[in-house]
Formats: sequence, C-alpha cells, structure tokens
Amino acid sequence: MRIGLIVNPVAGLGGAVGLKGTDGPDTVAEALRRGANPQAGARTRLALERLAARCPGADLSVAPGPLGADWAEGSPLTLDIAHMPAASGTGRDTQLAVEAMRDASLIVFAGGDGTARDVAAALPEGAAMLGIPCGVKMHSGVFAVSPGAAGALLADLVSAPDRIAWNDAAEVMDIDEDALRAGVLAPRLYGLARVPVARRLMQASKGGPRMDSAEALTAAAQEVAHNMTPGTLYIIGPGTSAGAVMRAAGHAPTTLGTDALLDGAVVARDARASELEALASDRPVRIVLGVTGQQGFLLGRGNQQISPALIARAGREGLIVLATEEKLASLAQPRLWVDTGVPDLDTALSGYIRVRTGAGRLTMMRVGAS
Amino acid sequence: MTRLPEFHAAKWDEPLVMEMGRPGGRGQLFPAPEPEVAEAVGTGLIPAAMARKDRPELPEITEFEAQRHYLHLSQMTLGMMGISLFGTCTMKYNSKTAEYATLRPELAEVHPYQHPDTLQGVLEIIHDFDVILRSLSGMDQFIFQAGGGADAAYTMATVARAYWADRGLLGQRTEMVTSVQAHPCNPATAAAAGFTVVNLPLEDNGYPSLDALKAAVSDKTALIMINNPDDMGIYNPEIKEWVRIAKEAGALCFYDHANFNGVMGKLCARELGFDACMFMLHKTFGAPKGGGGPAVGAFGCSDELAPYLPCPVVVKNGDRYELDDDRPKSAGKVREYWGNVPQVVKAYAWARAMGAEGIELASDISVVANNYMDKKLAEIPGLAISNPDVTQRRMEMTRWSLGPLTEETGVGTADFANRMADYGIDPWWMSHEPWIVPEPFTPEAGELWSKEDIDHWIAVVAQIAQEARENPELVKTAPHNQPVAQLKGDAFEDPEKWAMTWRAYKRKVAGDTATQGVA
Repeated sequence: MRIGLIVNPVAGLGGAVGLKGTDGPDTVAEALRRGANPQAGARTRLALERLAARCPGADLSVAPGPLGADWAEGSPLTLDIAHMPAASGTGRDTQLAVEAMRDASLIVFAGGDGTARDVAAALPEGAAMLGIPCGVKMHSGVFAVSPGAAGALLADLVSAPDRIAWNDAAEVMDIDEDALRAGVLAPRLYGLARVPVARRLMQASKGGPRMDSAEALTAAAQEVAHNMTPGTLYIIGPGTSAGAVMRAAGHAPTTLGTDALLDGAVVARDARASELEALASDRPVRIVLGVTGQQGFLLGRGNQQISPALIARAGREGLIVLATEEKLASLAQPRLWVDTGVPDLDTALSGYIRVRTGAGRLTMMRVGAS
Repeated sequence: MTRLPEFHAAKWDEPLVMEMGRPGGRGQLFPAPEPEVAEAVGTGLIPAAMARKDRPELPEITEFEAQRHYLHLSQMTLGMMGISLFGTCTMKYNSKTAEYATLRPELAEVHPYQHPDTLQGVLEIIHDFDVILRSLSGMDQFIFQAGGGADAAYTMATVARAYWADRGLLGQRTEMVTSVQAHPCNPATAAAAGFTVVNLPLEDNGYPSLDALKAAVSDKTALIMINNPDDMGIYNPEIKEWVRIAKEAGALCFYDHANFNGVMGKLCARELGFDACMFMLHKTFGAPKGGGGPAVGAFGCSDELAPYLPCPVVVKNGDRYELDDDRPKSAGKVREYWGNVPQVVKAYAWARAMGAEGIELASDISVVANNYMDKKLAEIPGLAISNPDVTQRRMEMTRWSLGPLTEETGVGTADFANRMADYGIDPWWMSHEPWIVPEPFTPEAGELWSKEDIDHWIAVVAQIAQEARENPELVKTAPHNQPVAQLKGDAFEDPEKWAMTWRAYKRKVAGDTATQGVA
C-alpha cells in the first residue's frame, strides 16, 4: 500500500494564542504575530520516528519542503518527494499535494479539522486518510489519539496489517471559527472518509462477544422505519445516524443535507427550510436526528434547514434521536444541546429525551439550551 | 521498589491429542466379562441398526501419555493461580476443604430425581444457606437454579414478566430501566424476556441522576435492574430514593449484587426497598469459577414475588425438607433441576467458616485494599482514575484509565494485558462495553490478596508503564515469555479460521479434502 504524507505547517498555530483555530491566512498571520510556535512539523517527526523505529526502510511519498519532506529529513524511511506547484500558504496547498499523490491509497496528514476537510475534498475514490493530531479543532473521527499512536498505526499497516481494521464512514467535521470566536460552537459534517483504526487485539475474557454498535444503530433505524405512521412527514436530518433511517426505508440518504419521507417515499432531498415547511403543511411532523460527536448537538448546528417552526410542530415528543452508545459515552459532557434560535423553544425542548441506540434499546439523555 | 522475579512460562511443542499415539496404543485393558456375567447380560444389547460400523476415531495412546499431554497443556496455561486482581470477578481462594466436602458420596453420588427422603442432608444445606442469604439481604426466599449471574438476572426478568402478566398489565409494563454502567446481562436478559431497555447515563457524580430516573420511569416501567456500587467503584448514596421513585411508578426493583463484596453485611437490599436481588456464589461466596462455570446466581425475592419463582423451591416443612413443585404461578425454569448444588455447598462452607463477623470484616478489608491500591496507582504517571472530581472513596474496585499514557506512547490497555502475562500475572480486566473512559482497566483486590501481592501487582503495572515510554514496541508485541505469541486479530473475525473440532481442524487447517463440505 502506498502511503502519502502531507503536513499543514501552520496547523494548530491559533490554539496556544487563543484564536480557537487557524483557518485562513489572516488568522495565521495574527497567530504568528501573537508569538505562536508551529507544532505540526515536530509532531510529524514524532510519528515518523515511531514508524521508522519498526519499519526503517518503509516507503513514503511526501509533499515537498515544509509540506512534508522537511520533517522527514534524516529519517531512515525511503522517501519519494511528490512534485507539485509552489506552496501558496493556504489550504489549497493540501489539496494540490493530495492530487500530486494520486497513487497513494492512504494519505497521512498533520493538521486539524480544516486540513482534514481539505484532504477529504481532494481524496480520490477509495483512498483512505489518517490524521496526526496537530490542530486546534479536532472533531473529525479521522485522527489518531497522538502522533505516536499515528506512527504505531502506520508501522502496523506496513508490517502487521492484521492489526488494522477499516472504518469506511468516519465523519469529517469542522467548526465555524468566526462563530466560535463569537462564543458559538457550530460543528458541521463535511463528509465521510475511510480511515484505518487499530483493532483491539484481545479476546473477550469475560462478558462474551462485544456488541457491534453500528449494527445496533442499523437495528434501531429499522425499528423507526418499520413503525412510521402513514400521513406523517418524517424529516431526516444530516449525518450517518439519521441517514440510517433513510437506508432502512430503502433510500440513499443525502447525509450532508436534510431529506424528507412521507408514506415511505422520498418527498424532498437536500431540502431547504421553506421546502420542508411547505411539505409539512397541516400534517403531523416528526424529525429524525443524530448527535454531533463530542459536543452533543441535536439542533441548531449544521441542520438549520430544520427551522424553529418545524421543530415547534414536532415538539420534543416528535424528535426521534439515534446515536450509538459509544458516541453518547464519548461526549464531552453527558448532555445534548439545542440552539434553535428561539429561546422559548429551546426551553421547551430541555429536559430528558430518549435516544435510540438499538432495537428496543434507549438511553435517556439530558437536553440543555446552548 | 518491589523486585520483579524473572519469569518464563513453560513451553512444550505439544501436538493435538488426535495427532498422538500409534495403532493399538491404549490406556486400559479391560478384562472379558466372566461367563456368568456374559450370560446374565446376553449379547446384542445394542440393536444392529444402532451399532457403529467403523471404529471410532479416537487417539490411541497410553494412560501415561494422556496424563503427560494434559499436564503439559496445563503448564502452558496461565490459569488463575498468578496474582489476579481481576476486577468485577472478586477473585477468592477456593478452599480444598470445601472441595473435599463436595466429593463425599452423600453429594457426589446423589441425583435430583431421587426421593426427597433420601436427600434430606443436601436439602438441609440448601435450605440453611437460603436462610443465610435471607439474613444478608432481607429477602424471603432464595433459589439456586440459575447457572450464573446473567441467569439470575434472567430469572428476575421472567419473574417480572409473570408478575405483570398475572395482573393483566404485561401489555402496558413493557420497559426495564437500568444504568449504562450496570452489568450488560441486565439489559440483555430484560431484552431477551421481551422488555424495552431504557439506559440511564452516568452524570456528574459518577452515577445516574435522580432527574434522569424520574424522566425514565412511568406506568410503562415493569422493573428497574441496578448494581450499586457499579464497576466504577462509586456507591450511589441516593439508592433509597431511587427505589422510592421507581416504586412510586409501580415498578419492581432488582438489586444486582454482583459487586456485593464491598457492602457485605453493611446493607440489606430489602431494607432499601428492593423486591429481589441476586448473589454470585462463584464470586462473592468463595465457590470456584472459570471455564464458563459451573456457577450459581442465587436469586432471592420478597414473599410477594415468591409465587412466580422457578420450580422446584426447597422448603422446610416441620423437620422435613421438601421440593415444592406445586407453584401454578411459577415463571418456569431457567435451568434444569435445583442448580449447581456442589457450588451451593461450597458457598455454604465458606459462609459458615467466615461467620457474620468474618463476612463483614472481609468486606472492610476489600475496601481498604482497593483504596490502598488507588493511592499507589495514582503515583504512576500516565494512569488516571475515572471521575477524578468525585471525592467519595471508592468501594471494592475502581475503574482506571490508561488514557494519558496511551496518548503519550500509543500503548493501550489491551497491550498492557498482554504484557502482564510476561510477568506471570493474569491479564487485567478492562471494562464492559461501552468504554466510558478511554483505555480502561479495573483492578479489584478483594480480601484475599496480601499487601505484598498487591505491591507486586502494582510494581508490574509501573514496570510496563515505564516500558511503554522506553520501548513501546516491546509492550505492543507482547507476550514474549508465554508459550503462545500474540494472536493475529483477523483470525478472531474469520469463521474460516476457527476450528473447534478435530474434523474442522482437518478441513480448515490441515486442508483435508475428505472433510470438505462437512460442518
């Protein structure tokens, strides 16, 4: 397997100087002015050292200069420097580097959510990605837990591939930095990516086989699809969890947008609020939602197409929320959040909600107003 | 610092027993029957249609070879004779005295279908032990039919089902409420009995909030099933209020006493308001476990639920002990006969040897030992206790996380478990799923292990943490001092690589075409 390496040399700059992120050249300049030290190169070195310790001659395609090769200098790895246009100092560099490494089936990148988005946008069909965590924001499910862990994962890929499993639907998320600086956390799903993950090499010494939470979620989705009421408009929010209900009903979900079902048929795809409101007309409305990883947002982040009017129509009882138990367990706080823009509606949605994690399996989650 | 002894497990290049021996090899030479016996029995005992045509495919080896083979295999097994602080399992010494008691003919040579007149001694032990458990729980009747903790949880689910069906409310009472940190057998058995599972998440104090419980229970709730303390080691001090809220909604309350060791003799399930509870005799009460059994989940309940218990129930009638099978409202059996009676006898022996004071003291020791261990583990960089903000002392075990060390070194809890075997230590227990803290491990010292044993165990953990920093690959590729190296993960997930029988082995591993297509 051909592995390509791309470093975003300015990733993470904004964090230490309180900028919440490093998206865009102006922020980079401001971070440097505030005295930020670049971290991505040094963290890439850590990962490569771990790889080289186990697989000294391993082949690696690298982007030129500070985008890759500089940080592998002196390494015993066998490097192949990709040819690409001169660096511009923007996210475009990352995309051009991915394009220059077309033959790589895995792109390893050092960066944060912004870099992950750039990689995902340019990644050829079927190729995978893996992040060396260097960013300020890392909400995407494409990062190793540390540079060392990324290096170990790569070493496994090269020398012991049976230790690796693949996740084909890791979420690439990003947060609007301007909003974040204004105090609003606004995560959004940008796509799904294939990523290598370390297999847990262990036998179940106690407790029997582990529950496959993805399968459990599929079962929950089937239960929802099976119990849909005729004449009710089902609005299907973005994300893989809500999308599972579309799949269970026999349709491909938009995933990044909002769809709607009526009597088992798709009546809207990637719809806007006005379209959904027109469809709702005087019908009963139910809204199928997932939960954003780590922050636990239900409404008001990345799904604003589901307008306050629609939410009010559905009410708390009309929300159908799906998530895996693992996702709920990994939330920063054991809470879900809503920010519909209408304070009274947020208050009405507060309290506990039943999240479906499997067929006949629910978890009570506290809902708070953001 | 504790000095770690050098260790290497025995390694024999041992063939499978089916690959051993030679034609004609045999362990026993049975004499031909005497003429009188042959005449009395006659020939043709096995009908011709049922007699096998070919000789069975059995290993042809001597008794000595068989013994040596299995001795070698046992030597290559780490077993549970190392230092095993295997959390949630409450590792205890299984006394030889109790073992011998169960080998006596009064127990070893009886059958549950014998007339009760000939079983009075066994029945007396079962009844007396029932009474001991009543005194520890406040319940009115125990049975021992369940073959383990999960079986006892299933007993609760079926008893609840029968209870609600008897009231004509089973169609309405469809939900079981539990904590996400309860043992997975609680939601699993409730689901198997047809209930919808409602999980409560752990909130700020390390246990579910009363608000969540209030939001979860309603006139649809059939029962709640709960551990306390749970596997995080945190005792929920609001438990009485929990039971009150659940009962207010009309639900039945089941106390899963899997983690009884830290509270033995300290509390009484019935006084807290619970309707039923279960004890694991193979954990808390010193009977052996492992190899998947035999185990016993002792299930106890109030008089109100007793009519729904599985049959038979051992009862005392005057001076006589009887098997009560005439219980028309019984939920039905969860297992055959009266349960694993030898385990009940061993647990009875343990309880009698300990006495009420001894049981309470053991509980104190297990909590003190765990708190000592917590303090020592906190000194090892890279380890993090779960719920660090909770100031309340942990009970008999604590959920820990290797998260910081994993971030630093890439070495995780499964790697640690593999490496522990290199020091002759049983791999640690990680956690049930889902993992609430990253890279979890859950030690439990119990009252058995000495301070020296606990120090030794902690020294091994500290040593591996150091190795993770200095030579992470050493840990990630462990074990190195065991007869079997690290197993390849993909084999676990590929049924084509599983060989549970000689026939499957020949087909899948040895590539024997004659067995292709045979299950």
